[in-house]
Amino acid sequence: MSDSQKCACEPSEVLLFPCSGGSNCGQIAHHAAVELHNAGRGKLFCLAGIGGHVKGLIESAKAAKVLVAIDGCPAVCAKKTLEHAHLPPQIHLVVTELGIEKKSGYLDFSEEELAVCRDRLAQELQARVAGAVADSTTVS
Amino acid sequence: MKKVQVLGPGCPKCQQVAAHVAEAAKAVGVQIEVEKVSKPMDIAKYGVMFTPGLAVEGEVVCAGRIPSVEEIKGWLEAEPAKEQK
Repeated sequence: MSDSQKCACEPSEVLLFPCSGGSNCGQIAHHAAVELHNAGRGKLFCLAGIGGHVKGLIESAKAAKVLVAIDGCPAVCAKKTLEHAHLPPQIHLVVTELGIEKKSGYLDFSEEELAVCRDRLAQELQARVAGAVADSTTVS
Repeated sequence: MKKVQVLGPGCPKCQQVAAHVAEAAKAVGVQIEVEKVSKPMDIAKYGVMFTPGLAVEGEVVCAGRIPSVEEIKGWLEAEPAKEQK
């Protein structure tokens, strides 16, 4: 292995699957995932590849410990796509359930709306990590 | 003759996968041709995001972990999948 190549043999523990849909809520889901990715809280993953049944992506997703589906609206396409590939998410968030109204065809959103979604996701992830630590403590 | 692709940059985990593949092929009596796919763009063509990965006849069978010899035996003995990768 050359020095310039980065080894990818440490799978990310948290994979983020936003629906990235065509509404303000879909875009909030997407941008919240991007911010968490950039903050090192998880890895933004390819939901389209899962939907396309790209075997390498599905097998890669199986290596993660926590799958997070972030849906914009009650259609819950991200969650359904993961489940269709037998990858049920451990964390599922729906943006409209955070008090944000869906506006189909409108992609704009406020910083405040994005913060609501991003912060809620961060809380869910934190709780999940804390729960995992508690579980491992109980087992041992 | 089955073509097997070991996907990864060549770190010890990739080498362990290759060793398991050789052991499994010998155990089940299947002749194999091993291709080591190490360039990131070539690995990406398989959709593998976490290495090591393993493909049999171009079909990815696992990624992000080292499969056991027993698992690989099953993949080597299985009929090729009909669907495209």
